[in-house]
Amino acid sequence: MGYGIARRVTGGVGIKFSGSATIDGAPLFMPITLNITPNEWTCLLGPSGVGKTTVLREIAALETAVDFDGSITTSDNKPLNDRVAYMAQSDLLFPWLSVLDNICIGAKLRGQSADFERATKLLDRVGLSDHKSKKPKALSGGQRQRVALARTLMEDRPVILLDEPFSALDAKTRAEMQELSAELLKSKTVLLVTHDPAEAARLGHSVYVMQQDGLQTIKMPSTSPIRATDDADTLTTQGVLFRILRGQVI
Amino acid sequence: MNWKHGLLSTVFLIGVWQLVIIMTGIQRFILPPPWTVLETLWTSRALIAEHTLVTLTEIIIGMIIGTILGVATALNLAVSTTARAILRPILVFLQAMPVFALAPILVLWFGFGIAPKIIMAVMIIYFPITSAFFDGLMKTPTGYMDLAKTMGAKSINTLWHIRFKAALPSLGSGLRLAAVYAPIGAVIGEWVGGSKGLGYLMLLANGRVKTDLLFASLFVLAFVTVCLHLAVDILARRLEKDH
Repeated sequence: MGYGIARRVTGGVGIKFSGSATIDGAPLFMPITLNITPNEWTCLLGPSGVGKTTVLREIAALETAVDFDGSITTSDNKPLNDRVAYMAQSDLLFPWLSVLDNICIGAKLRGQSADFERATKLLDRVGLSDHKSKKPKALSGGQRQRVALARTLMEDRPVILLDEPFSALDAKTRAEMQELSAELLKSKTVLLVTHDPAEAARLGHSVYVMQQDGLQTIKMPSTSPIRATDDADTLTTQGVLFRILRGQVI
Repeated sequence: MNWKHGLLSTVFLIGVWQLVIIMTGIQRFILPPPWTVLETLWTSRALIAEHTLVTLTEIIIGMIIGTILGVATALNLAVSTTARAILRPILVFLQAMPVFALAPILVLWFGFGIAPKIIMAVMIIYFPITSAFFDGLMKTPTGYMDLAKTMGAKSINTLWHIRFKAALPSLGSGLRLAAVYAPIGAVIGEWVGGSKGLGYLMLLANGRVKTDLLFASLFVLAFVTVCLHLAVDILARRLEKDH
């Protein structure tokens, strides 16, 4: 067993990201160490351009414009290949496919046969069973992001990487999506990249604030996520995160 | 294009044409009046229809072969850097060479039948189709490619299910251009050597100073091209429908 402790579900994958990144020799971020605990939500909070998406993309083994100097290790010492599902700010639904076919695209791309029965059940869980034959453009932004969530669940991977998936939604839809995601992804190891302190305070088991000079973590409330938006501890945590982001000493 | 606007500009054009004849007293064999052309269109309808059918066949077969070749080339270019290195200069060379200059050689090689005309049409549309579709294939949104990568996609499946589908609107643009160019290729082929087709008929009419027949053939050719453009436009809209 590696470094992480699974609190609720054992056997999850923990990830340790440590290293620094440069773009054409200029540093993007200094050496940092990010511990992503198995089966928990880890939030990476920070302003735009600080390199949080780069961290996520390095973990996902996606192309980046930086030179990364460091290591990404897992708690079971196995590679992360094929154990990661990815959800971005844009829903990345294929406009020419129906909602159901979008959910099943992973199997198609791997050359496997799709499990439509399971996809239909997942669509039901995200509350869109009446929309399975529709094309994405017939759906609202919130509904599209729910389809993207169902597609992510369909992949059934232990590690979920979320790159600001709720940031383009309106306040009400965003809160609903946060609740739905917290419920459906609760047994997964989740890394959520966000620039919203309120979101991090609500969803994170642990929160890291990323800034140019490094990474800082804070003490989280004793309550488990997902926390109520108007909970006193959530609001205090949100305030602390906000002050750190603004460079105010706490 | 609104059909009322089309009708209005046609009437306007015919009006100007008639006016020029009245005002200049130009001779009929230089510029026949609109009515005479219409009359010839009717009296020579069987002759014109026979030659139109030949030209239309050349254009359609040329479009089909050119599209298949263009799509296949673009797919090859998109997946293989070696193909890009070898084929791209050849493509540019083919495009730089005037197709008109090749027509006599094609007639020499393939005779006076419809084959050289089809080849001309293919050659003239091959580059726009290849180029437009290749551009589309290379511009797949990076988010789609990221998603496919995390899903463990096979590259052949990514090519078919994502890149190909995402590039269909670009293919539509290429086809629209092809619909305008293909008739030019076919008619040039007919001018250079042949005994059938609207291009041949125009040349024949010109040689015998049957200017009315020349004009009638010209209008039918323009009509065919416009119809082809509209048909391809419907197809292109279907390709763009879900994007």
